[in-house]
This record gives sequence, structure tokens and C-alpha cells, in this order.
Amino acid sequence: MIHSLFLINSSGDIFLEKHWKSVVSRSVCDYFFEAQERATEAENVPPVIPTPHHYLLSVYRHKIFFVAVVQTEVPPLFVIEFLHRVVDTFQDYFGVCSEPVIKDNVVVVYEVLEEMLDNGFPLATESNILKELIKPPTILRTVVNTITGSTNVGDQLPTGQLSVVPWRRTGVKYTNNEAYFDVIEEIDAIIDKSGSTITAEIQGVIDACVKLTGMPDLTLSFMNPRLLDDVSFHPCVRFKRWESERILSFIPPDGNFRLLSYHVSAQNLVAIPVYVKHSISFRDSSSLGRFEITVGPKQTMGKTIEGVTVTSQMPKGVLNMSLTPSQGTHTFDPVTKVGD
Amino acid sequence: MSAAPAYSDDKGGSAGPGEPEYGHDPASGGIFSSDYKRHDDLKEMLDTNKDSLKLEAMKRIVAMIARGKNASDLFPAVVKNVACKNIEVKKLVYVYLVRYAEEQQDLALLSISTFQRGLKDPNQLIRASALRVLSSIRVPIIVPIMMLAIKEAASDMSPYVRKTAAHAIPKLYSLDSDQKDQLIEVIEKLLADKTTLVAGSVVMAFEEVCPERIDLIHKNYRKLCNLLIDVEEWGQVVIISMLTRYARTQFLSPTQNESLLEENPEKAFYGSEEDEAKGPGSEEATATALPARKPYVMDPDHRLLLRNTKPLLQSRSAAVVMAVAQLYFHLAPKAEVGVIAKALVRLLRSHSRGAQVPLTPPLHSEVQYVVLQNVATMSIKRRGMFEPYLKSFYIRSTDPTQIKILKLEVLTNLANETNIPTVLREFQTYIRSMDKDFVAATIQAIGRCATNIGRVRDTCLNGLVQLLSNRDELVVAESVVVIKKLLQMQPAQHGEIIKHLAKLTDNIQVPMARASILWLIGEYCEHVPRIAPDVLRKMAKSFTAEEDIVKLQVINLAAKLYLTNSKQTKLLTQYVLSLAKYDQNYDIRDRARFTRQLIVPSEQGGALSRHAKKLFLAPKPAPVLESSFKDRDHFQLGSLSHLLNAKATGYQELPDWPEEAPDPSVRNVEVPEWTKCSNREKRKEKEKPFYSDSEGESGPTESADSDPGSESESDSKSSSESGSGESSSESDNEDQEEDEEKGRSSESEQSEEEGKKKMKKRKKVSEGQGEGSSSDEGSDSSSSSSESEMTSETEEEQVEPASWRKRTPPSSKSAPAAKEISLLDLEDFTPPSVQPVSPPMVVSTSLATDLEGLTLTDSSLVPSLLSPVLGVGRQELLHRVAGEGLAVDYTFSRQPFSGDPHMVSVHIHFSNSSDTPIKGLHVGTPKLPAGISIQEFPEIESLAPGESATAIMGINFCDSTQAANFQLCTQTRQFYVSIQPPVGELMAPVFMSENEFKKEQGKLTGMNEITEKLTLPDTCRSDHVVVQKVTATANLGRVPCGTSDEYRFAGRTLTSGSLVLLTLDAQPTGAAQLTVNSEKMVIGTMLVKDVVQALTQ
Repeated sequence: MIHSLFLINSSGDIFLEKHWKSVVSRSVCDYFFEAQERATEAENVPPVIPTPHHYLLSVYRHKIFFVAVVQTEVPPLFVIEFLHRVVDTFQDYFGVCSEPVIKDNVVVVYEVLEEMLDNGFPLATESNILKELIKPPTILRTVVNTITGSTNVGDQLPTGQLSVVPWRRTGVKYTNNEAYFDVIEEIDAIIDKSGSTITAEIQGVIDACVKLTGMPDLTLSFMNPRLLDDVSFHPCVRFKRWESERILSFIPPDGNFRLLSYHVSAQNLVAIPVYVKHSISFRDSSSLGRFEITVGPKQTMGKTIEGVTVTSQMPKGVLNMSLTPSQGTHTFDPVTKVGD
Repeated sequence: MSAAPAYSDDKGGSAGPGEPEYGHDPASGGIFSSDYKRHDDLKEMLDTNKDSLKLEAMKRIVAMIARGKNASDLFPAVVKNVACKNIEVKKLVYVYLVRYAEEQQDLALLSISTFQRGLKDPNQLIRASALRVLSSIRVPIIVPIMMLAIKEAASDMSPYVRKTAAHAIPKLYSLDSDQKDQLIEVIEKLLADKTTLVAGSVVMAFEEVCPERIDLIHKNYRKLCNLLIDVEEWGQVVIISMLTRYARTQFLSPTQNESLLEENPEKAFYGSEEDEAKGPGSEEATATALPARKPYVMDPDHRLLLRNTKPLLQSRSAAVVMAVAQLYFHLAPKAEVGVIAKALVRLLRSHSRGAQVPLTPPLHSEVQYVVLQNVATMSIKRRGMFEPYLKSFYIRSTDPTQIKILKLEVLTNLANETNIPTVLREFQTYIRSMDKDFVAATIQAIGRCATNIGRVRDTCLNGLVQLLSNRDELVVAESVVVIKKLLQMQPAQHGEIIKHLAKLTDNIQVPMARASILWLIGEYCEHVPRIAPDVLRKMAKSFTAEEDIVKLQVINLAAKLYLTNSKQTKLLTQYVLSLAKYDQNYDIRDRARFTRQLIVPSEQGGALSRHAKKLFLAPKPAPVLESSFKDRDHFQLGSLSHLLNAKATGYQELPDWPEEAPDPSVRNVEVPEWTKCSNREKRKEKEKPFYSDSEGESGPTESADSDPGSESESDSKSSSESGSGESSSESDNEDQEEDEEKGRSSESEQSEEEGKKKMKKRKKVSEGQGEGSSSDEGSDSSSSSSESEMTSETEEEQVEPASWRKRTPPSSKSAPAAKEISLLDLEDFTPPSVQPVSPPMVVSTSLATDLEGLTLTDSSLVPSLLSPVLGVGRQELLHRVAGEGLAVDYTFSRQPFSGDPHMVSVHIHFSNSSDTPIKGLHVGTPKLPAGISIQEFPEIESLAPGESATAIMGINFCDSTQAANFQLCTQTRQFYVSIQPPVGELMAPVFMSENEFKKEQGKLTGMNEITEKLTLPDTCRSDHVVVQKVTATANLGRVPCGTSDEYRFAGRTLTSGSLVLLTLDAQPTGAAQLTVNSEKMVIGTMLVKDVVQALTQ
């Protein structure tokens, strides 16, 4: 399965390498650099690059390329999904996943990677379990460790690993029992020239932060579950119960996790809370033009719309812009040609 | 250099924990001597007996390894610490060892004894990590030690250690492939393991070591299918992909008689749906349904796989969803593949995004990229599947180019007569994009649409011609190339376009486009006789400056013109050929020489030149524009090979379906023993072996791991197995357990009742041993054995579940008190009132049930007036012999069920023919397929010998004919029974007028209408008989009708309330036509079948 992992920053330095089988020379990354050069932008680097003896699968997140080396047939999504999981884990451990942070915590990173894969096959990827095996670094713990000589590494097998709820650690205790749920919805819409919606779909997630003592068994019911067109669950959700009753019933992991993500497809009519209109005009005989965007509320059912941001990608030919907003602030980055 | 101060600090002995320092590689940029010295220092630190110093040193060493710096010279110093007490130091030493052992094999041997000791450690984590490291150091000398360790660990008590053993197998195999045979033995043993933890890893090992030994899977197939949902995500992917291959070798293709099915789509549809609805054991049903020909019958195991993987489409992991999607694509019958489309479309958009910044999500184009590649392949074969999601493939301006191009590919594949206008309109917008590659791809796509869909060819062509005046040269060039291909299909009427193109030669510089234009002019020079020589003249002028590809076409054009119009072009041609003769490119020189010989008649030759015209101006077939994904589906979808369209190392070919199905019995774990019982029971029996699981060959199960209390369990288990014929029912129970989703709630219930059951079990087992002949009798021992599994599982959770037990109230206990009341209601047949309906099932649903009760009165009163037939014949639920004196029959009473209008009410008749009273009859924890729910009847306290009793229970079949399986429990025994409703019982009559009927019928046409012709036998031509037969078959109400030979019936399905309208148009001659209109097509088709059967018999 996964042979090695290389972390490459945007300037092309390999700043971390980890091998789960015999060592693969880092020169294998040259193929990757070649492909990177060919692709003009980072996101255009093909996720799978075949080389004579290996295959390089990469994801690009937080301005870091995570390049996995595999030697044999493996479902590409398996590797990609795993790499994303690695990034999520780092984020979970250190708050952010960036080159300096990874360099600062290189030992923890290494220990975590060691636990996540065995011989290239995922071993422990649940954040709750990993955190029991290798405790995330905190200032307090660092101080305590220095004084008492205890370590960041757990010496007992995480109980969750063996139970039927592998995602939850046991013996959780809180004085304030609390659970928070964020419902985040994004609407992807394509609006045509005349301002009418061509397609719009909602992608929503329910993120939870559960801090409850013991082994809580929670249920969450919806007013109108039929709206949720297509859902995917955290493994903790009992699927059958949802099928039959449309109720989410689950024993949550401890801490932050994504309970559910759902999709309201383009077939259902999705009401967009704002309208967008634009007009572009070029002045004859000069290289200047005028580009107007009007954004306004629509069908908000009495709710106010907050934090509206308009981002516009300008074509490469645009040299500069002078922006005059009717409200709020604005920026324009001449390098990426992105106007905010 | 910057690391230098940090180093001197460290030397001072302070184990300063400032993490950043570790990050700096001490060796970075140092000149050799200082590098060397530094390592000296590390050695010193490792040699001290202070753990903190050692830890510090190890951290720095690991940091070096992470940066790819060589730290191998520290090997001896590090290896000494392998036995260090500090667990973190130890772990880091392991990391180091695994990295460098290969290079320093001799020294690495020093550490082996420590691991061997570690393998015996009481702490399972230490045992596991010792094995992990031992197997990871790639030193060939220790192969025998590794082998021994793996074998030992494979029978370890801890599933975690066994999992590690499974991981170690491929490691050893890659080190020494001679060990294969021994390793296969271990794999075989571990495959029999029943923990979800091990399953994924061992299948992984299987795939790496012996993917060809498909025979090892047979016995474990059903178990793997059933465990699948609880295995962790990574394991799921591996198992699913292995099972796909397995299924391809073991089952028949579900699409093999597709041609047959197409003749009669209605029935075909019915057949497959039926299969799905009933799941296993539908063999007989399907066989009777299609008696005319030898039908395709899906192997129940095949169905099991499809059914158990389907929920995984909801997984959060894209890899799992993709794995299931490819499984369905490769294995499912045509009618069912559609379910994967929705999930795949979801993947296009969603992926785990950083939880911290949810509002500005980076799109993960990697997942999109892979998914789209697969969708592109699928959409060629099964276009209909993705058609409803067309808009999801619309391109966003923010998509990376590679994604845009893939989406375009999919859009093109999906385009058909109906949606082409919208697709083309989209394409028009795309052409304005800034992304040139994408625009070029769009133009290509338009060309493909034009070739595939004749109707829009002219529109496309016009559009492309308009593009020729685009400002962007690339766009123009691409259009020219595409136009060329399109024109080839219908050249005659497009002289104008060719002229237009000819004009472009002055401006277009892109070689490919120029070449295309020249070719077109040459090919169709007779359409543009005046322009062609002029173009040649211009090209001759600029010949030397052209690209090779253009030059070749100039030669071509010259040759063709020479043949058709030699008067005007003779000199030009010779000029061009002379130029080409001295070209730098040998290809062009060759071509020129060849052409000259061919067209210019010479003295000696001439044989060929006579045919030159035929050679050059032969009609050429139009090119077929097709997708580059066309032939990719011979690779297993979702695989790396598919993505690259080339065979990757280690790729396992997806075998073709076998002609003849291999023996399905190889998957039977124990051969069940049949007894003669009623037909119904036989069927039930038949499905049992299908689930039957390897209770016998369990190998190391958790029970070994659990506390001593479980030993008695396993005792009882083994004794129960000694009885014969038990395995079948035993498996039934197990199936239900595993079917039960994650089964957690039920587990807790079971654990709650465990104490009670343990007591019972002792008794039961002794009973069971006494009479080993009847088939159902094994059910009790089954409960014990499966329970022992249960117990052991619970024991593992024991740390936590104390709280669970209290929390989840067992439904079986809370129910009886409540049901007492509802039973009374039903016995009296009073119109049901709302109050007595008390929470029937789980607490959380109580509100819903209450509310549903409110609507009850209106819907329940009407039908009883309308349905002339009350109840259909009794059916047997439990035979007297099988039930040890307890005989149970059931009828569908067709009374509205008081508790829930969606439920079918079933009258259950008990009679006790034994000589002892039967006590405490009640329904045990039902394990039901999705959507089906049961309202149990209240417990019958006691049934004296010879006495009978009747109880009413409600079953919500969720508008499907799936059987409701549940347990009938007495105080001493449990019986597994199942009720399967005829389709006619899933509905209730409604009253409507003829006009209303016609109006509703008008709404349900097309797909929702099913018609069947039949001939009524003489016996049932009278009104009365017809009405009676129809109403006996289906619980429908008659609708008054004006004409005499037309009968109309109407009803609504119980769960969803969809209308079911039945019309019978009978001619006096006996010919008749039966029409059923219903939204529920499955129900419609089945109903037609049933009614036809009833009428023609």
C-alpha cells in the first residue's frame, strides 16, 4: 500500500519524509517537480503521477503537497482519503497545519504517522484513539513532563481500539457537560448572464463539539428530514435507524467531529438568499472598462444577511482595478488577480 | 549554523523542552567535522542513564531522520536503548531501528531478544508493538523467528495483536516469498476470525500474498459480508474490492439474459425488483413468477453482498463510497446500478474539509479528479444513470482545468436528444472562458455532440463556423479541426464553409488547423474548383516556412489537384514536389518521392499511376469521435490502473463472469439438515444456510479474550453444536444480529437480559441435546451460542457500557403493559380510540405514534364498509412439530390496525397441542429489514393444553413484500418465524367515484401503468366471481362503474398511501385486459401478477 510520504512546501523543498517499508529515495520526487512545473497552478498538478517504478499520489492542502509513494495497485481514493485524514489529524493536533508547525513538532508528527500506518496499511486513524496513544503537545503538558519525567506516549492500548465504538475514548469526564452543533450550509450556484439561476445545490454539514461524560447515546431528529437529499455519516451514526425513522442516533466521539454532511441537489429548488447582478462595459478607445456587481438580499424570510463577501477572479490581462464599494471594504491583489 | 547555540545548550545537560529546537536539524548545513562531533554528543547522551537525556537525544535523531539526513552511524548507541524503560524513548528507538536495520543487519540482531521478550508481555499494546517492529526490520536472517512470532500472535487473545499479526504477514512475504505456504495457513486461520478489527487487515494480507487463492474466501464469504458495515473504513475498501473479484468468479452475470429481458421489460423489471424486495430465498418466488423460461436467479449470496454494501454508500469516506460504486457497477443488475449515482455526485462536492475554517473550504480537487474519471467511464456504459444529475456536472469558473475537462467529458457523454439544447447552451458559455485548454476541449466536445446526435449537427456546425471569426486564434484553430471532422460526414452541402475556411489560410498560424484546411480543400476540391488552385499557389509560396504537418498536407493537396485539375496545377505541383524533395525532414522527402512516382506518369512505371486517382480520391470513412474513456471499463473501476489506463504493478484482473455458476454450496459452512415441514417453512429453511456462519470454525474469537465467566459460555456453545441440525437456525439468529445495523442498541439490550438468559440457557441446552431431530429445535441452542458471542462482545465493552444498560430500555420489557390495552380493543373490534395507544416500540417514537393515532378514525372506518372479504386463508407460521406442540397460524384480517394506520394487522392463532401449558408467549426482539416495524401482541400469560388463543399484531411492511422476521418466545423456547405478506395485503381500500377514479388514473400513466392481457376461464366470467377473486387477492375497494364488463377497484398502500387503481376490462368472449395504475411500480407489477393468477386459475 502506501510506501512513503513526502511533505513538500510550495518552494519545492522536501521538509519531511517518512517510510513505512524500505526506504524510497527522495529523488522519486523529481517526477513530481516535473509535473508541478508543467502545471501552471498548484491545483493543476495531477493527483496521480506514474513513474517507472512508483506511483505518486498527492494532495495539496495548506500550501503543502502531501506526496504518497505507492508501488502496487491500490485504489487511488484510498490513498487520497488517507492523506486528507493525515492533514485533518495534524490540524486536530496542532490547531493549524503549516510547514513551521510541522517542523516544530516533528517528533510528534513522526510518532503520529508511525501509528497511523503499519506497513502502509492504516492502523489507527481515529483522532480520539491517536490522542490516547500520543498526546497532543500543550504547554501545560510540556511543563508537567519536564518536571515529572512522564511522557507523551500512552503505554496502554486505547480502550476504544477494541470496543465496538472505536471512535470514542473511555473514561471521559467533564464537569460541564455540553454539546454544540454547527449547521453549515454552502450553496453552489451558477448564475447566468441575465441573473437567473442555472443550477444551485446545497452542501451542508453538521459539525459537532461534544463534551459529555461517559458513554452518551444521543438522538437528533429533524423537522423535515426529507429535505436532506443525500447524506453521509460519521461512522458513529446508526444507519438503520436513519433509514427507518429518519432520526440520527449515535454515540459521539469526544471533542470535535463532523456528524453528518448532506446534499440538497439541484433538482430541488434551492432558494438563494442573495441576488447577484452584473454589468460589464468597455469604454471605446481606451483600455479601461467598468465592471459592476450588485448584490442584494432576496427571500431571507426575515433573517438578516451578514458577512457578505464578494470575491472575483480577474482575467490575467487585468493590470489593476480601482474599487468603489457602496458598502464595506475592498482589496485587490494584483498577483492572483483576486478582488475582494 | 543556527542550530549551533541550541546544541551547546543541550550539552549543558538541560533537557530544555523547547520544541522548536528539535525541529532544527542539528546536522543541517554543518561541515563534516562538526557533524561528526555532534553525533558524538548524541552518543554521549544516549549512554547516560538519565531518561530525559536519552529522550532528548532520540528526539533529535528522529528529527534528523524526518528530514532525510543520515543518522546511521549512531546505530550501536541507539540499539542499546531498545530495552529502555521509558516508553517514549523505546518508541523512538523503534522508529530508528525500522529505518536503519536493513543497512546494519548484524547490529540489528542485538535487538531481537528484546522483542522476543516483548512478545510475551502481558500488555497487549507492548506485544503488538514488539511484533510490529520485529516484522518491520527487514533482516532476512530472522525470517524463522518472524514466522514463529506471527503464528503465535495469530492465535493471541487480543484482537489487536491478531490484527498486527495480519499486518506482519505481507511484510514477511515481501522479505522471503518462500514462506508463502506457511503464511497462507496463517491467513486462512485469521480469515476465520470474527472480529471486525482483524477482518480488514487479514484481507489486505490475503490480497498481497495470495490473491489467487479465492477458495480461502468461500467459507468466510458470508461472514465478511455481514461484518462489513462494522469494519473500519480502510478495511472496508479492501474487502469490498476483494469481494468484487470474488463475486465475478462465483456468480452468474445478472445481465446475461438482458436481451431476453428487453423483450419483456415489464416482467424483467418485476423480476429484479422482486429479488431485491425479498432478498434471499426469493429463488422460488422468482421461479414461479417467470415459469415460461429458465429465468436468471440471483444467487442469494450475490444478493447478500449487494444488500450489505449498499448502506456504505453513505459513508463519509470517499474511498468506501467509490469502492461500493464500483462493486455495484460491476456486479449489480442493470436496474439497481442507479443507486450509486447520487452518492458519486455527492463526492464531487464534498470532502472532509478542515473543521476550523468551514466558511472558506478549499475544494479537494483530488477526490473530484478520481471520481470524475470513474464517472466518465460509467457514463459511457450507463448513460441513464447520471442523466438526472446533469446539472451537477456543470463547470464552475473556479474548477481547476483538469477537473473542467473531465466534467466536459462527462457532459458530452450524457448529452442526448432531449438535453442537448441545454448542454449546448452551457458549452456556449464555456467558450468565453479565459482558460484556453478548456475552450479547446469544449470545442472538441461540441464536435462530439454533433457527431453523436444527428439532429443538432447543423446547429453545431453553424456555431463552430461562427467561432471561426473569433478573435482568439486557438479557438479558431480548434474549430477548424473539428469542422473538418464534421464536414467529412456530409461534405456535399458545405461548399460555402470550405470556401470560408480557405480564406482563413491567410490568417491562421496554428499548424494543425492549417493542415486540416488543406486536407479539406484537397479532399473536396471539386466543390471549390476555383479556389483550390489558388490556395495551392499561396501555400507553395510559403512552403519552406511551414511546419512539417502542413507541408505534408500541401503535398497531398498538390497531388489531388494534379489528378483532378492538372491543367491549372501541373507546374505548381511540380514546384511543390521539388521543394519537398530537398526538405530537411525525411518523412517529407519520402512522401514527395512517393507522390511523384505515383501521379506523374513515367516511362517504365505507370501501372500504379493509372490507379492514382483511386488511391488519392478514394472515399474516406468519416472519423468517429469518441470518448477516450470508451474502453477503460475493462479495468476494475476505482483502481489505479483504471485511472492511468495502464496496468499497474500488482493489478488483479477483474475476471469475466463464469458461464456456469460454480457450486454455491462451497460457501455453506455446515450443511443444514432439512426436515419435512410445510412449504412455507421449507422456504424459510432455505434461506437459513445462506446466512449460516462459521460458528464451528470460529478459531480465536473474543470469547477467548473475555473474562473467565465466558468460559462456561463457550462450553455450552460447543455442547450445543454437538447436536445435529442446529446450525441452520443458529445462523438465522446471527444473521439478524448482524443485519441489525451497528447493532449497538440491541446489544445493550441483550446484555441487559443476559443474566436472565444465561439461566435459561442451561436448561435449554440440555433439552436441545435430547432431541436433535426436528429442524427448528435448534433455535434455542442458537440463542445460546450466539449469545456467547454477544456476551464476549459485551465483556469487551465492559468498561463503558454500565451506563448503557440503564439508558436503553429494552423494548420487550416496556411493551407488554402497554399492549394489554390495545389487545382488548382489537378483540372487541370497537372502532379504535386514541387514548389506549401507548408507546409501542422504542420510547423515542412514542410521540410520532401518538400523533399518527389521531388520524386513525377517518381512515379506519371507511374501509371496513368497503371490503367485502374479511381475511384470507390461514397460513402456517409455526408447525406443531417444530413448535414442540405449539402451532401458530396467521391470517391477514384486513382490519385497520388500531395502533398505527400504516400497519397491516395480522391475526395470530396459537393452539397448544402439547400436554403441558405454554407460558409467557410473546414476541422477542425482532430484527427487521429497513423500514419494517412491528407492534407486538401483548404477552399471553399461559396457554393450557388443547387450548387456543388469538392475538393481533401490526406490521408495517413499508410497502414491500419483504418478510418480517421475529422471534416467538415462550418461557422456555424461542422460535424464529417470518411473515411475508402477499402484495395485495399491503393496501387498504378507498372509496371514490368513477370520475375521481378516472381523474386519478389519468395522473398515473406511462411508467406507472402496467397492463396485462389475459383470458378469463369460463368459471369466472360472472360479475360476482370476478369481484370476489380480485378482492380476495388484494385488499381493494370496488369503484362503481357505468359499463357492465368493466371492473374498477381502488386502494391505497398502507405505508406511503399511494393510490393503487385496478381496472379489469373483460370482453364477453373471455379476453380481458387488466390495468394497474400505481406510483409504486413494484407493487403494481406484483399485483398484476397476483390478480392474473387468481383470475386465470
